[in-house]
Amino acid sequence: MSIDLKTIKHISKLSRISVDEKRAKKLAGDLNSIFDFIEKLNELKTDNVEPLTSIAETTLKLRPDEVKSKNIREQIVKNSPQDNEDYFVVPKVIE
Amino acid sequence: MSDITKQSLIELVENIKNKKLSSMDVTKAFIERSEKSKELNAYITEDFTSALDKAKKFDQKPNLDLKLPGIPMAVKDLFCTKDIKTTAGSKILNNFVPTYESTVTENIWKEGAILLGKLNCDEFAMGSSNETSFFGNVQNPIDKDLVPGGSSGGSASAVSGQLTPITIGTDTGGSIRQPASFTGTVGLKPTYGSCSRYGIVAFASSLDQAGPMAQNVKDCALLQEVISTYDSKDSTSIDFKRNQYSKELTNNIKGKKIGIPKEYRVDGMPKEIEDLWQKGIQYVKDCGAETIDISLPHTSYALPTYYIVAPAEASSNLARYDGVKYGFRAKGENLIDMYEKTRSEGFGAEVQRRIMIGTYVLSSGYYDAYYLKAQKVRKLIKNDFDEAYKKVDAILTPSTPSSAFKLGEKTNDPVSMYLNDIFTVPVNLAGLPGISIPAGHDAKGYPLGLQIIGKAFDEQNILNIAYAMEQKINFKNKITDWWIK
Repeated sequence: MSIDLKTIKHISKLSRISVDEKRAKKLAGDLNSIFDFIEKLNELKTDNVEPLTSIAETTLKLRPDEVKSKNIREQIVKNSPQDNEDYFVVPKVIE
Repeated sequence: MSDITKQSLIELVENIKNKKLSSMDVTKAFIERSEKSKELNAYITEDFTSALDKAKKFDQKPNLDLKLPGIPMAVKDLFCTKDIKTTAGSKILNNFVPTYESTVTENIWKEGAILLGKLNCDEFAMGSSNETSFFGNVQNPIDKDLVPGGSSGGSASAVSGQLTPITIGTDTGGSIRQPASFTGTVGLKPTYGSCSRYGIVAFASSLDQAGPMAQNVKDCALLQEVISTYDSKDSTSIDFKRNQYSKELTNNIKGKKIGIPKEYRVDGMPKEIEDLWQKGIQYVKDCGAETIDISLPHTSYALPTYYIVAPAEASSNLARYDGVKYGFRAKGENLIDMYEKTRSEGFGAEVQRRIMIGTYVLSSGYYDAYYLKAQKVRKLIKNDFDEAYKKVDAILTPSTPSSAFKLGEKTNDPVSMYLNDIFTVPVNLAGLPGISIPAGHDAKGYPLGLQIIGKAFDEQNILNIAYAMEQKINFKNKITDWWIK
């Protein structure tokens, strides 16, 4: 299999990571060598194998639906790169 | 006492309890040594001034019933520490100051320990050499320009170089055990669900576990006893009966059945690793245990499986870094442009690579071929262990296929870097506990580790085996203090 530049551009868009031409070429090379290595899995027949979806075979515990953290608005916006005390601020979305 | 930093955790605790040392004596000693050890680049953030304050306060009213009374320690910078910058080794979190504490570190402070600072690691714990950190590479105290392993490289370097008596790391595919092996220290990756993941910067949620790193097995057992608790804040935390690991530690492993998996004898493995393994087999026999040849037939599929599962989970976990709620933000022409530039400038090359792999294997049309396939093979790998544990109590393998390598030696070839984790990754995929102990040196004098893998929740058993072996091996780390002028 081969991951071409077009695919890299597509993944970069899905990942929301902008990638220039030079970097895209490097990534294509890296990803191809990693996927060559991953292809090994195709040696195995797995049609009748159940996928492992949870490593711990326990059921989730239920708890009462209670509010435990109150009045932490300040804490929540404290680390935002830009805020307006009560809100996160982002570049204008609606013209 | 000039040799304070050479003491084990157990000795330091004894000496503080017997009032031979104060918390201030111990804290000062580790700070002084850390100050002289800047060249190792083990710390990202130092918190020495508050550490001294806390030591002073502890000594004024010492509670000597605690398990870590006034013991200073630095922790991997992947654990959120309230009001102290937590970066995960990334530019994108360079200004992030958590408003809450991780459960694991909370447990440590509750037992009387004092934070010295935050230790360097690969960016978002993605790496096997600590070279992907935004804050620069870390030196291995064993030799100049040698990697300490990764991702808990700063942690391993700090314990091995005696900048902290003990530490905690995290292990997603070997990130505690591989650096422990590279630095001649002990590292335990607990059973999945043993230590809470609350407040740990997430990499791959079905694989990540926090664990102790120490100079010896007993120190490691004591720290595990402190950090392993059930936590309702982590839905994957498991409520099982936890042992008093250090109190119940015994070197009596007579009659234990130890499996030796033939698939871990990989192509191109240096003879000295094979020899070390044979020595390990002899040691456990000398301790009265029995070794049994076993097979884990899907071992060679573990790494390819890991490099689907881990990046897939990472791509999802790291979607939160968008420059809006916290962390670094780049300027953009519009919202999407801001996202894309923030993530392009904020993440390093390895993290971007893994996000892209993960995005690809989860993307429409590829999900079944890659992600579902990997989940199925993961099941086969787990089944291998389940089958083996019908016959044996634990499994003995080398920790890594080589000793520590030089800086820059593997940075250009991601696959050769990934191969470092060939013996550690299967353990994470199966959610089992594994411990690496130093077991010898190679021809260059670099340490080599052996790994003991246990059944789920059987930490006590592998700690006991490690403890018994440790006494037979009588390993001495060759630390020359080369970095201290």
